[in-house]
Amino acid sequence: MRYSHDVGGNRYTFDSLKDLLAKASPARSGDYLAGVAAGDDEERVAAQMVLADTPLSTFLSDAVVPYESDEVTRLIIDDHDARAFAPVAHLTVGGFRDWLLSDAANEASLKALAPGLTPEMVAAVSKICRVQDLILIAQKCRVVTKFRNTIGLKKRLSTRLQPNHPTDDPTGIAASVVDGLMYGSGDAVIGINPATDSIAAVTTLVEMLDEVIRRYDIPTQSCVLTHVTTSIEAINRGAPIDLVFQSIAGTEAANSSFGVNLAVLQEGRDAALGLQRGTVGENVMYFETGQGSALSANAHHGVDQQTLEARAYAVARKFEPLLVNTVVGFIGPEYLFDGRQIVRAGLEDHFCGKLLGVPMGCDICYTNHAEADQNDMDVLLTLLAAAGVSFIMGIPGSDDIMLNYQTTSFHDALYARKVLGLQPAPEFESWLKETGIFEADEEIRLAESLPKPFRHALEHLH
Amino acid sequence: MSNDKRPVVSIDSWSKLRQYTPARIALGHSGTSLPTKPHLEFQLAHAQARDAVHHALDIPALDETLRSRGHATIVLGSRADSRPTYLQRPDLGRRLNDDSVKLLKSMPAPEKPYDVAFVIGDGLSALAIEENATKFLDVMLPALAGSDWQVAPLCIVKEARVAIGDEVAENLGAKMVVVLIGERPGLSSPDSMGIYMTLNPRTGLTDESRNCISNVRPAGLSYEHAAHKLSYLMTEARRRGLSGVNLKDEAEALPRVNTGSAENFLIES
Repeated sequence: MRYSHDVGGNRYTFDSLKDLLAKASPARSGDYLAGVAAGDDEERVAAQMVLADTPLSTFLSDAVVPYESDEVTRLIIDDHDARAFAPVAHLTVGGFRDWLLSDAANEASLKALAPGLTPEMVAAVSKICRVQDLILIAQKCRVVTKFRNTIGLKKRLSTRLQPNHPTDDPTGIAASVVDGLMYGSGDAVIGINPATDSIAAVTTLVEMLDEVIRRYDIPTQSCVLTHVTTSIEAINRGAPIDLVFQSIAGTEAANSSFGVNLAVLQEGRDAALGLQRGTVGENVMYFETGQGSALSANAHHGVDQQTLEARAYAVARKFEPLLVNTVVGFIGPEYLFDGRQIVRAGLEDHFCGKLLGVPMGCDICYTNHAEADQNDMDVLLTLLAAAGVSFIMGIPGSDDIMLNYQTTSFHDALYARKVLGLQPAPEFESWLKETGIFEADEEIRLAESLPKPFRHALEHLH
Repeated sequence: MSNDKRPVVSIDSWSKLRQYTPARIALGHSGTSLPTKPHLEFQLAHAQARDAVHHALDIPALDETLRSRGHATIVLGSRADSRPTYLQRPDLGRRLNDDSVKLLKSMPAPEKPYDVAFVIGDGLSALAIEENATKFLDVMLPALAGSDWQVAPLCIVKEARVAIGDEVAENLGAKMVVVLIGERPGLSSPDSMGIYMTLNPRTGLTDESRNCISNVRPAGLSYEHAAHKLSYLMTEARRRGLSGVNLKDEAEALPRVNTGSAENFLIES
């Protein structure tokens, strides 16, 4: 279907729904690289005006990636819950924005609505939202998930402790784990990106984290971020895996470039569920995503990168994950050029994920070839914390010495918790206070001395 | 008014763990925030990494150095005509500009076809190339000179991505290409050079056709070790007629550096 709009004496036409979505998308380098972005600012606003007048129901009949050739589209359409959609079925995209801002949209109504929303609907409405809308609406959503603790509750901010090491050296990893725990990090997951992907190396790390969590009785879960098939094989050989990880994207072809499809993800989930390692819940998957991944795999079908990113959350949603992490600034300036684009993208991703009912966290990050710095990350961290982001990363001094990029530090998380009055997951908060890492008062204060069990572990070292 | 002179910066009592990792652990805290000293140390490291990204490769100096060692050289450029364009348009950095293609096509054909072309590209860190390329080639090329490898003139390419080596080699008629390129600078490694080897290079190949040796720099993989790995990969690629993912398993049979042990202080009893 063609769309057109007259604005300022110019007639703008849009060939298709995906063309309209792409041209309505706030400017970013990846859409220019793909050749799908608006030609200028006026065309972009014209597209946003047309998009605002487009009925939400259009997205159910006009697929941006063909149903016949893409299993992600089939998942989105086949799993759509028409009854849940009913309260907003009569609205346009613009009307939906107004509804989301209104008092009609609250924690309960948004939770009930989530299965009725498709990624394209939430991507569309995000494109006509300002930053404050993305924050206000997202913080009304509550997505709660559980494994050994409870993630996503109101006034809570969790962190992934990311103790990466360039050669997977266990002692080096343990040093970063101690550093993170002593700063109150690690309630979302203690998650390592391994330098070596072999089953043996992965199993070594999984066993080590399992023993640390048991020895110190930490109410959290571990993950080694390796390919889902490697995790399945490790589980088959008896490895104590808590969460199964996988990078995912919003098209079948992009997922295929990652070596996965929906069936393999289901296998991974079934394998982890079979171990029954969760104590308070059964959310066993950890997914990572990021705008631009489909384009970088040449699997974008002419669809803009933000819409495709939202489609990845439909994939995630299917497998009831504990955590979904948009690694927003990792991919580089050819997709998100600068701090401004990274900040906007991080907020869009969180907004879309939460509306779809996904436990959204964000790796607030940048690479050294992007036009971004710590100040930009402080901005995004503060805005996401205000928006109710479920979790962020925690790494020693913001410097990932294995992946060569900068993400939020242990100190950064404490800043956000302090400024916005947020606490870690309740089970983890209790552990921090009982162990003597946090002082037992309302304010976040770090204890002066090393807690006894850790003092004992460090005693023998010189 | 209080007269409390206790230090406001708290030292972390696990500082001795710093010996076990290059990670920025035990930085201490002012309140719960980063104290001034580690804060400014981070800013310096970021500034250095940024400078590495935007630093322009001194091509005349590199060219002169290589020629002074008796190597023939060719200076080329990609279709990305500036650093900002280069950073946003990886597709342009993968292709030679028209002048460069013309220059290569005008070269006289060698008596015997080239077995290998070495391509030196600035990539994301010209600093890495300036620090490491010549020193690495000083180890690598003499080893090849005594064998039956016919080596093409060394090609220096500005605003280059890895894949541009394919087009260079194709125009030279070389059977293999080795690209030395500045890697994405990390905060603690602004000078890291990568080496990519591709057999039967031609325009349009992707990463699965290449073998990569990463982190070549004084504080990383040594020139000798990198040259050893590359020699192995080149020989195996030529012998088996393939490069990339299918060669990978064999290459990993090389001695691994520091796999560590499963022991650590947190779980020792």
